[in-house]
Amino acid sequence: MKANVRTSLTDLVPPLVALVLAGVVSSVIVLLTGESPLRIAHVMLSGSVGGAGSIAGTLEEATPLIFTGLCVAIAMRAGLFNIGGEGQLVVGAFVAAWIGYRVGGLDPALHVALCIALAGAAGALWALIPGLLKARFGAHEVINTIMLNYIAFILTNYLIGLPYFRKPGQIPQTEDVLASALLPRMTFLYKYTRLNLGFVLAVVCALLVFILLRKTGLGFEIRSVGYNPLASRAAGISVVRSTLMAMAIGGFLAGMAGSERVLGVHRHFISPFPFGYGFAGIAVALLGRNRPLGVVVAALFFGALANGGAQVDIATTVPRELVTVIQAIVIIFVACEYPIRHLVLRRRGAET
Amino acid sequence: MDFILEIRDVTKTFPGTVANDDVSLNVRRGEVHALVGENGAGKTTLMNILYGLVRPDSGRIVLRGADLPLKQGFLGTDYGIGMIHQHFMLIREFTVLENIILGAEPTRGPVLDRAGARRKVEDLIARYGIEVDLERKVRDLSVGEAQRVEMLKVLYRNADIIIMDEPTGVLTPQEACGLFATMRGLVADGRTVIFITHKLGEVMDVSDTVTVMRHGRVVGDMPVGETDVARLAELMVGRRLDAPPRRSGSSFGAPVLRVDHVRLEARPGVKPLEDVCLEVREGEVLGLCGVEGNGQFELFEILIGLRRPSAGSVVVRGVDVTRRSPAARREAGLAFIPPDRTTMGLIAEFSLRENLLLGRQGDRRFSRMGFLDGEAIAEETSRLVGEFGIAPPDPDARGYSFSGGNQQKIVVARELARDPEVLVACQPTRGVDIGATRLIHTFILGQADGGKGVLLISADLAEVLSLSDRIGVMYRGAVVGVLDRGDATEEKLGLMMAGVAD
Ligand SMILES: Nc1ncnc2c1ncn2[C@@H]1O[C@H](COP(=O)(O)OP(=O)(O)OP(=O)(O)O)[C@@H](O)[C@H]1O
Ligand SMILES: [Mg+2]
Repeated sequence: MKANVRTSLTDLVPPLVALVLAGVVSSVIVLLTGESPLRIAHVMLSGSVGGAGSIAGTLEEATPLIFTGLCVAIAMRAGLFNIGGEGQLVVGAFVAAWIGYRVGGLDPALHVALCIALAGAAGALWALIPGLLKARFGAHEVINTIMLNYIAFILTNYLIGLPYFRKPGQIPQTEDVLASALLPRMTFLYKYTRLNLGFVLAVVCALLVFILLRKTGLGFEIRSVGYNPLASRAAGISVVRSTLMAMAIGGFLAGMAGSERVLGVHRHFISPFPFGYGFAGIAVALLGRNRPLGVVVAALFFGALANGGAQVDIATTVPRELVTVIQAIVIIFVACEYPIRHLVLRRRGAET
Repeated sequence: MDFILEIRDVTKTFPGTVANDDVSLNVRRGEVHALVGENGAGKTTLMNILYGLVRPDSGRIVLRGADLPLKQGFLGTDYGIGMIHQHFMLIREFTVLENIILGAEPTRGPVLDRAGARRKVEDLIARYGIEVDLERKVRDLSVGEAQRVEMLKVLYRNADIIIMDEPTGVLTPQEACGLFATMRGLVADGRTVIFITHKLGEVMDVSDTVTVMRHGRVVGDMPVGETDVARLAELMVGRRLDAPPRRSGSSFGAPVLRVDHVRLEARPGVKPLEDVCLEVREGEVLGLCGVEGNGQFELFEILIGLRRPSAGSVVVRGVDVTRRSPAARREAGLAFIPPDRTTMGLIAEFSLRENLLLGRQGDRRFSRMGFLDGEAIAEETSRLVGEFGIAPPDPDARGYSFSGGNQQKIVVARELARDPEVLVACQPTRGVDIGATRLIHTFILGQADGGKGVLLISADLAEVLSLSDRIGVMYRGAVVGVLDRGDATEEKLGLMMAGVAD
């Protein structure tokens, strides 16, 4: 037990060091643009956590990132690189919008649940395609998940052009979903927020993934295959099964992210669908070290960056893109974790 | 006294374990110095410290009269120290020569001086009688040959202290003899060899001095002339050992495992298995020996289900499992001890508890509706840890933190816990100390006594001879003969393994 606590503490050090270093480099860049890093930091802080509205905004930005971060993380634990969260999210969003405006006369709780479940199923199916190709033919999932992202964009763009789906008008979008399909917004926190129950759902999903990985046979198999596929196979664990399950569960989560955006925020599907959450999920998983609870923390961090970044754009001369740069710097430093970890551990003289 | 190396009061602790506890050890120039001790006694750790891979908490090492910079860190190779690890560090796609000179390439101007390098290596080969073809790719070498490449690598870098961590675990008796000759040649030349082994007979045969470690401490240090195998064993384990278990039963039942005309063509023209037929009966231990690289490993892969044979079948209790998954084979009653615990037997990142569960996570005993039953698993863990003496007994310790022998015990414990109809054991005691070897042997014989079948694939002739009812010999991908225990002798088997049929 003690050893466990100690490992998780040492686990925390490298990401923290990465964040500090990212802060230093970002400050230099801000200085170069002629602004004061302190002022920018202040604006970002108040814009992301200074007050109920800002906090709600941060949580709202974090919500889809939790889902997509989990999507990438669970694949990583199985030794897979699922870069297809974006496409899985888009098909999920499309299905949620469709069921949301098309199917009427349902009890709200039921309608919302149906939309989310089918969106998740769509994402899962989308992710199973590269999963099957990998498991059956050994085709590399990185290529196939990327290709399926494009196919998802193009397919939904095509469908939205069909009269059956398209709302009459100039903009390629669906009708707004019915009131019964809306995810309730958490207006008790802040009146104008778009933060909705999807956030709670995301946190619950993180807990479920945690339980899945730690407490179930399937999670055991996924981790085992991720660490050492050969020993796992030799022990009688099916690599095919864990590959398919990890892809499907991840796809389901990404699909849920799409439904949250539609049912809780945008209320319809629009093409092109606001993108980036799927890809950002990779960074979230990386920063969260592929641990479900780490993903939640990392998503909150990136949510705060995004939300605070919007304020920077409004309140200072620094362009919003700078925030993207800062995010990128964080990611680079987190990716450099290995050398950082090496340095940290060396100083303590605990070699392996 | 002319000590080339003095290790003084070295201590190294890992979380929860004192691997080296105030260890002092002196090594003379030009001797073969054996280092023995139970699994987890701290031998590898001590050598890793000497080689610069692990930093000790305290202590000094004096080499040729000068202190090694333990605090700052150093590379053994820079101080004339070479180490041959049990797991080779060779590049499979490179030739032998390329592997040897890699990282120390001689150049003439900017150009690689291949011919010069070759001459130097050939000199070494001639001087110490180390047989190996310099132009072959490493992936085509047997384990014994790969080890000779490692030896040449070390000599090429002018090491005059050569550390060998359990070099004979993977060798056939003939290969081991060759290695010992090389070792004697090295010391005759003024080099020094430190040699870790679990086989005390080898200590007596080849070394000048022996140091015994127990629980991280040095408990004895003497010229081999002043001791014998029994006394060394007693020093190692701290008590008298029981007599080694021997096979005694002889009533066999129906066949439980049949391998029928199995062939394997890996690549066009490469046929690791030509035609293998075997039968293991209830209550029988069938030994299978052979020089490494004669198809045993491929046969194991086919039995465990990682590979499909090109022809032939594998039948367990009348059920053809040739096309079944590894999981289905285990359900049919097979269990396996793989030849290489680090790549195939264990998950390094998994805890002891998880490694003992591996493959049984779906068992009704350990899971309810898909959820793992923590209590049942904890119970099973402590039962196996106790029964097999796995140390340290910390269920949370990660696989990689266990000493080699204890890793092996983890695999054996897990596989025997399945209570299999047929146990296929490949090198089950590789790297395991005497006490644990006897324990594992007792368990294997227990399987047979309980009416189960055992296929024992091993290059250790003594092991095969003492455990088996019948002994098959593999040579060039085929079983070239099966002898009854009564007819088999080490000499006969050795000849058959070398392809000299009678
Ligand atoms: N990286 C590590 N982390 C934690 N504990 C370790 C680590 N490496 C070794 N140990 C512990 O140190 C002790 C000594 O291990 P070492 O590998 O030196 O034993 P050994 O004498 O070589 O045993 P064997 O004969 O089984 O190879 C063991 O208890 C082992 O569990
Ligand atoms: Mg060792």
